[in-house]
Amino acid sequence: MAECHPVGFRWVMEAKRRGATIIHVDPRFTRTSAVADIHVPIRPGSDIAFLGALVNYIISNDLWFKEYVVNYTNAAALVSEDYKDTEDLDGLFSGWDHEKGQYDPSSWQYRGLDVTPAAGHREMFSGEPRAERGAIVSAEQHDYTLTDPLCVFQIIKRHYSRYTPEMVEEACGVPRELFEKVARALCENSGPERTGAFCYAVGWTQHSVGVQYIRTAAIVQLLLGNIGRPGGGIMALRGHASIQGSTDIPTLYNMLPGYLPMPKASYDTDLQKYIEYNESASGWWSEFPKYMVSLLKAWYGPAATLQNDWCYDYLPHITGDHSHMVTVAAMADALIQGYFVMGENPAVGSMNCALQRKGLRNLKWLVVRDFAPTETAEFWHNAPEVVSGQVRTEDIGTEVFFFPCAAHTEKDGSFTNTQRLLQWHHKAVEPPGDCRSELHFAWHLGRRLKELYRASSAPKDRAIRDLTWDYRSIGAIEEPDAEEVLAEIGGYTLGDKKSLSGYKELKNDGGTVCGCWIYCGCYKDGTNQAARRKPASEQSWVAPEWGWAWPANRRLLYNRASADPQGRPWSERKKYVWWDAGEKKWTGVDNPDFIVDRSPDYRPGPEAKGIDTLSGIDPFIMQAEGKAWLYDPNGLLDGPLPTHYEPEESVLKNPLYGQQCNPARMEWIRKENPYHKAWGDTDYPFIATTYRLTEHHTAGGMTRWVPWLCELQPEMFVEVSPELAALRGLENGGWATVSTVRGEIEARVLVTERMHSFVQQGRTLHTVGIPYHWSWIGRSTGDAANELTAFVADPNVSIEESKAFSVQIVAGRRSRKRRAAASGPLVDREVEGPERDQPEVREKPAGKHGLHAGKTELTEEA
Amino acid sequence: MAKNGWALRWPALKQLSTGDLAGLGESAMTERTRTLRPRVVEADKVVDSVCPFCGVGCGQKVYVKDGRIMDIEGDYDSPISQGCLCPKGSATMQLVTGTHRTMSVLYRRPYGRKWEKIPLDKAMDMVAERVKKARDETWEEQHEKGHPLRRTLGIAHLGGATLDNEENYLIKKLFTALGIVQVENQARI
Amino acid sequence: MTTTITGFFTDTSVCIGCKACEVACKQWNQLPADGDFFSGRSYDNTIHLEATTWRHVAFVERGVSLSGQSTARPFSWLLMSDVCKHCERAGCLEACPTGAIVRTEFGSVYVQPDVCNGCGYCVVCCPFVVINRREDDGRAWKCTLCYDRQKEGMEPACAKTCPTDSITFGPLEELKEKAKKRLEELHRRGVTEAYLYGMNDEDQPGTEGLHAFFLLLDRPEAYNLPPAPSVPTRGVGGSWGAMALGLAGMVAVAVAASRAGGEKR
Repeated sequence: MAECHPVGFRWVMEAKRRGATIIHVDPRFTRTSAVADIHVPIRPGSDIAFLGALVNYIISNDLWFKEYVVNYTNAAALVSEDYKDTEDLDGLFSGWDHEKGQYDPSSWQYRGLDVTPAAGHREMFSGEPRAERGAIVSAEQHDYTLTDPLCVFQIIKRHYSRYTPEMVEEACGVPRELFEKVARALCENSGPERTGAFCYAVGWTQHSVGVQYIRTAAIVQLLLGNIGRPGGGIMALRGHASIQGSTDIPTLYNMLPGYLPMPKASYDTDLQKYIEYNESASGWWSEFPKYMVSLLKAWYGPAATLQNDWCYDYLPHITGDHSHMVTVAAMADALIQGYFVMGENPAVGSMNCALQRKGLRNLKWLVVRDFAPTETAEFWHNAPEVVSGQVRTEDIGTEVFFFPCAAHTEKDGSFTNTQRLLQWHHKAVEPPGDCRSELHFAWHLGRRLKELYRASSAPKDRAIRDLTWDYRSIGAIEEPDAEEVLAEIGGYTLGDKKSLSGYKELKNDGGTVCGCWIYCGCYKDGTNQAARRKPASEQSWVAPEWGWAWPANRRLLYNRASADPQGRPWSERKKYVWWDAGEKKWTGVDNPDFIVDRSPDYRPGPEAKGIDTLSGIDPFIMQAEGKAWLYDPNGLLDGPLPTHYEPEESVLKNPLYGQQCNPARMEWIRKENPYHKAWGDTDYPFIATTYRLTEHHTAGGMTRWVPWLCELQPEMFVEVSPELAALRGLENGGWATVSTVRGEIEARVLVTERMHSFVQQGRTLHTVGIPYHWSWIGRSTGDAANELTAFVADPNVSIEESKAFSVQIVAGRRSRKRRAAASGPLVDREVEGPERDQPEVREKPAGKHGLHAGKTELTEEA
Repeated sequence: MAKNGWALRWPALKQLSTGDLAGLGESAMTERTRTLRPRVVEADKVVDSVCPFCGVGCGQKVYVKDGRIMDIEGDYDSPISQGCLCPKGSATMQLVTGTHRTMSVLYRRPYGRKWEKIPLDKAMDMVAERVKKARDETWEEQHEKGHPLRRTLGIAHLGGATLDNEENYLIKKLFTALGIVQVENQARI
Repeated sequence: MTTTITGFFTDTSVCIGCKACEVACKQWNQLPADGDFFSGRSYDNTIHLEATTWRHVAFVERGVSLSGQSTARPFSWLLMSDVCKHCERAGCLEACPTGAIVRTEFGSVYVQPDVCNGCGYCVVCCPFVVINRREDDGRAWKCTLCYDRQKEGMEPACAKTCPTDSITFGPLEELKEKAKKRLEELHRRGVTEAYLYGMNDEDQPGTEGLHAFFLLLDRPEAYNLPPAPSVPTRGVGGSWGAMALGLAGMVAVAVAASRAGGEKR
């Protein structure tokens, strides 16, 4: 956190001054470790074993927060009698289909609920939209004594029973005393009087079990009562100024603004079916149609009417996974003509750079927008495969447009930070030369396309013709008015164009327009709420008048959980939101995240519908049953509970189960993307992990050209322990070549005791630390770490695994810059190795673009 | 400080009058030193902004004179950052005013070996034509089983996390209307 | 003059080595990058204070634990932002023959670039090897304690930007109180190795105390700081700077020298 978010870490140091204990769990000793109370070096890829052991410690020592867990989580829910745990099946859950290589999740469901999907309804369980917008099922049978062997609590207790301190030593390489010290500190600092927080940067998600990493942290925090309370929570420290905003208003394939799912071809064939599949009978998602209709009115204006289903059929439909790596593989197969890349540098930042560049070589045209031409814009010039002679520039047919972008100081607009806070940045100066904002680019491209399609009467062109696209143009460069766009996002009434104050005002009759329902109210009273800057010193510590947080300017989500079931603060120290019995409403230092007049005593009757189904003790209002999910009965592709699996390429056999890897992971079986053996690959015997440094930003597009930052970290290097240096003859300050079967890179060597050697299963394991900021352009250069990494991903969210894989390292500048994507695997060898899947999955031919997701294609089935 | 008469500027007298007996203080100061001021007092305006790097969202103040940025530093009023910036945030001025920035549109022809400068408007026209052509050629109206698709898989997009919400909104709105579904950003990387 | 004497207190126990101070300093003072050099010395690639690097962060990797910190093996990483100390008795100031270096109303030591002729006498007279000449213009440069900013009541750029408040700026007397309290707190928490470096004349007679002083966690040499720095002009009986001035100045120096006499090393 100190490395990548130094100013966020300001508050950690403030907490430390006030007596907080700072625990840092990381394979490396970093700037965070330097000032932490406890540093725990952990073998890359073993976090679930560590966190699972915390769950076991909390339960077996009876340290869980009983009143919180019983009332606010699904601990008491009863699960189907068909459920079998990884304890029973050596690392698999019930429902694993060897033929298809995927799970049938019906045995994971709550007891008595018939939610078994119809045959082929895989996408209903793809988890993507559903997991991101809350659960839509409620348990019907409970055991509030938590003793039934098939209640969630008992299932969890049994599932994690083998995650002992001894197992932590074996799986994570963490001495048991150090583990117990962490467990004690965490538990002692949780409960009514105290809270503990988890902070992670998104490297935590970059594993083939990434979603389940975060889920395990959530289970720990729920058992300790640390969610929805001040000083608690799980804080994702995201890496870009508006990565949260670009998820809320998603430039992502599977969602429409506000986490509304993108229509799926085989189910969502019309608006009624789309609503039927996605609306929840209870909880806040029962309001779903209002959000969707208001969005369609924002986009298609007068053309959207009740009679034509608000132009629902203008929307494109998805047929499976269209995420980044799937798209790049399709690109490499010459199936994509044109590609827009805006403010991102995938030829450095994404997995298997050489395969990314092969994709770019097979395009007809490419548009890149950035400050200066990046490696993505200049992939045809001086790329490693061009330098090595594997590919010739004059054979690359891609037409490339580079557009210089405007900086944030040269345009108006809002960023949404990692705590959901919208903050407006005002234009300070005009953009120089032909530099323009992306707002300008998108708007003017849209205007040109509307003109090109103006005369068309083809049904396919109606959406672009009817698209509302009239924004005020400002100044000589004809910049569209960003505030007007924000006003559309924030919502208004159609008749009098009155700004809406919140999503509760949205309607499903076409009377309201709202571009993103969770942002509804960000232009309340016709005022740009994101531009509010009342000094922190002039308001409460919650600072509600600085910027605007979604939803409803609420700073802490699910904050009803900061009060006990009767509505009283758990303690005076941790007072946040509470029930005012006199006024008969919820109140506190923040906007209560609850139905404001719903008494803690309220219990819904059997006839209750929609949000009336939420009882007075249901803080988690986006969940249909109002409870937080310790156990996820419906929504994840790789199991209802987090389970330790080894990375795709590990150095160890899974110490917990026969099943080595996440059975449902996504793999790409292509010659450009070969894998190492599952473990014990003697050609690639070391662990590698990639990461960022304080002095640079992601793929370097905003820092490798900046002299003040380049002098601080001037070139690519790798970090190794003195033990590994001795073993491989590496010299500090000298050169090393790091390789996988996919590519090879050279880098300077930094020998440091900050890198840890782990002794596990009788072996000493070494890690090579690889910062990933560099490539061949800019003031500060070096080889790109991602030349080494593979396409392999978490099945739930299609995020790659880059934080744990295996490599070889040798001394010297031996790299010939060879790349598997240009001419096949670097080493020609039989990869007959130990199996990743136990029992072995029946092999099926690779799907489109080589993609196996749980060894099966993610596209629709018959 | 320099309010005394000219005679008192004479070093020896000045040393006595100011008590600077060692002559290492005010009496040794030049006019430049005496009138030194931080450059930001010359600013025509101070613009509220937000750091463009990571997701923490630190406040920035942008000082502008004659249409040019003269300084960017932290905003004390921000409850997030209280005036602080990290090294990247502190280097923002060099990021936005540095000589590394390209100011014109560059074009690489198919099989070409170099960049060529082309006018912005022409480049926009060319891109619009290519979008239309790719879309029309790769349009999918229906799935083979008859489900509606109404899309193109011939065009893809990447990027958004470094852009403004309003920009993401227009990109998603436009590309969805065009039937482009392969829209992705850094959130999945 | 009624202006308050100000300074820096740099508390290394909360430094995260982010180098924001280095960059903020370069940004405010519009200093060029020194050049790109991979040192192989931990994360330190600027190595030392320079004519164009007025804040420098040291990275000290040690095979011993820090009190109160639990790690898997004995190890700690000490981080420390170094800067010109603005000595109470400053070698550079006393050595300067041109009168380019002055003591400001804030008690800081300031090099006047319009006077400096690049003779370099100050360079050898700094016991901390802080001040140096720029190769491109020959003149001597170092931290100004943001003299320009202070004149308008603005906080120096490094202290303002420091994310963890390792660098604090303020009236020197207040900083001393704050530092003593912080030291007590650390000792109370068992960080017994913490101490204050150069806060007072008594701590560091060779400089008569620093206006930019530090809380350190290892002996000074670990951070590349001298254990007992002494201004070379001490006891010499005069200074070049003073001698270049008029009679009144000479008298004053004689007074000063008699006070400091007999402390020759």
